[in-house]
Amino acid sequence: MREIKKKKRRSARFLGTVVDPKHFSTTQLKFYVILVPLALFMILPVVMIVNRAFMPLGELFAFPPHIFVHDPTLTNFRNLFELSGTTGVPFLRYLLNSLVITLLTVLLNLVITIFGAYAFAKKRFVGKKFLFELNQLALMFVPTAVAISRYIVITKLGLIDTLAVHVLSLAAMPVGLFLVKQFTDQLPDALLEAAVIDGAKERHIIFKIIVPLIRPALATSVVLTFQQVWMAVEASNNYITDDSLRTLAYYLGSLSTNNAVAAAGTSAAASLILFLPNLIIFIWMQSQVMNTMSHSGIK
Amino acid sequence: MTVISEKKHRRHLTRNDMIAYVLLSPYIMLFSVFILVPVLMTAGLSFTTFDVINPPKFTGIANYVYLFTQDTVFMKYVLPNTFLYAIVVGVGGYILSFLIAWMLAQIQALPRTLLSLCIYVPSMLGQVFIGVIWRTIFSGDQSGWMNAILLQLGWIDQPIQFLLTSKYFMLIMIIVSLWSSMGIGFLSMISGILNINREIYEAAYIDGLRNRFQEIVHVTIPSMKPQMLFGAVMSITSAFNMGWIGVTLAGVNPTPAYSGQLITNHIDDYGFIRYEMGYAACVSVMLLIIVYAFNLLAHRFFDEND
Repeated sequence: MREIKKKKRRSARFLGTVVDPKHFSTTQLKFYVILVPLALFMILPVVMIVNRAFMPLGELFAFPPHIFVHDPTLTNFRNLFELSGTTGVPFLRYLLNSLVITLLTVLLNLVITIFGAYAFAKKRFVGKKFLFELNQLALMFVPTAVAISRYIVITKLGLIDTLAVHVLSLAAMPVGLFLVKQFTDQLPDALLEAAVIDGAKERHIIFKIIVPLIRPALATSVVLTFQQVWMAVEASNNYITDDSLRTLAYYLGSLSTNNAVAAAGTSAAASLILFLPNLIIFIWMQSQVMNTMSHSGIK
Repeated sequence: MTVISEKKHRRHLTRNDMIAYVLLSPYIMLFSVFILVPVLMTAGLSFTTFDVINPPKFTGIANYVYLFTQDTVFMKYVLPNTFLYAIVVGVGGYILSFLIAWMLAQIQALPRTLLSLCIYVPSMLGQVFIGVIWRTIFSGDQSGWMNAILLQLGWIDQPIQFLLTSKYFMLIMIIVSLWSSMGIGFLSMISGILNINREIYEAAYIDGLRNRFQEIVHVTIPSMKPQMLFGAVMSITSAFNMGWIGVTLAGVNPTPAYSGQLITNHIDDYGFIRYEMGYAACVSVMLLIIVYAFNLLAHRFFDEND
């Protein structure tokens, strides 16, 4: 009798420490003790800036500074809009540039990623291994290292001062292709063979069979591309000289570096405007991203 | 046997091959123009003197010789800083992200989602936001958060110019970088840990596993090597891609007394400030080699094919 009881207790303890528990047990407390303060530390600066975006000038420079806004105002946002009017390029122009660039890049990236991932995952062709390894190597690409050569290539192609340079320079994203390819790998070949026997065209296979099944991975690729493009300043910095072709991220970034003290409130407001779309899209796609990540390993 | 059939298959291009190339062509084109060709060009330029206006002049390995023998800033500050930063932020950040992911896997789904969101958010803020936040926190007057806290505690009498003092600069850079480093590699590791088959754990405990530490070493890590490798590659690469952090915090390149000068800043300094493109390319090649070496090390650890 005692034996059984002991055994039972041991197995109960084991279940209590198992990964992804379904129920709360006190053994989890020690993890909360570490994780909750950590999460607060991570998120606190963000909460702080969000509050500062709504602070009137007096509160921004109060001593001691406080985290939460007492007397919220939209002055900072209003200043932001008015400020841009004085430089000759209206705020809305930057916003429109960013929206168009982001939309086009995400779409273009989506198409080339679907085609590329399908070819890498389900086709046999000469040079496949080499090309995929090359892409894997590009996961460790550091764009700043080749900024100069990129500039020369872009000049030679006549892409300086065009909207296209924003889109094209970010449309091929090795990480996105890699993740979508790994996800596509797990689709059973039998599925495609059946479609081929039924006489399905490539176009049909890609858009009617593959795309619906790899939606989570595509969503992830969209999230990652969006994050990159929406925040990108490289093209505006290096390949664009005409202010009216630059992006919102560039403009808001230049605001906050030019006059850090005077723009304390407006730069917080600017940061918020930049960050919010990112957050919303990520939360929206969160479960799809996690689903994709379970196939993300490099094998 | 399989090798022979592979060989046979390679003899001529089939229609299937052609379809694959057509599908891949847009990707290959953009990849070549914006990644591959620039990398090769950088390698080529590193053997020249080039000021953008006159055509590049071939000078052999002169740039490399100068880099290792004359460039005292590189040897004295940039290289040690880069290694310190890469090891603490790249490798240390990676270990941290595994430990955090592991702890997150030990709690229930809903709190896990919320906590991991909080931890992930800093990694998607982008340069502008990160600069604004941390310049506010470490601002040199009393409205800066760090100064306000220290003043209130009575630990200091005068506000400290954190971002202008070389003593603190690297430390701040590292804190900020670690803070924003829990990105896609971190997410990959969470789902890697969650996807390990429960039976493997049970079997291992029956085989005599004693505690959680043994569990991590003998079950968790070996079962998720592919994710560990992906996480490592992401972590190392993003550490090198964070080179802008010092310049963003300081507001100038070079950083105070070169205290936060990383190899990417050195490239910008020579390339875009002094217009010595050949030399900047040579430093770039060094950067790519260093990133590659770190990644090779990660493959050594976690590659299943070895």
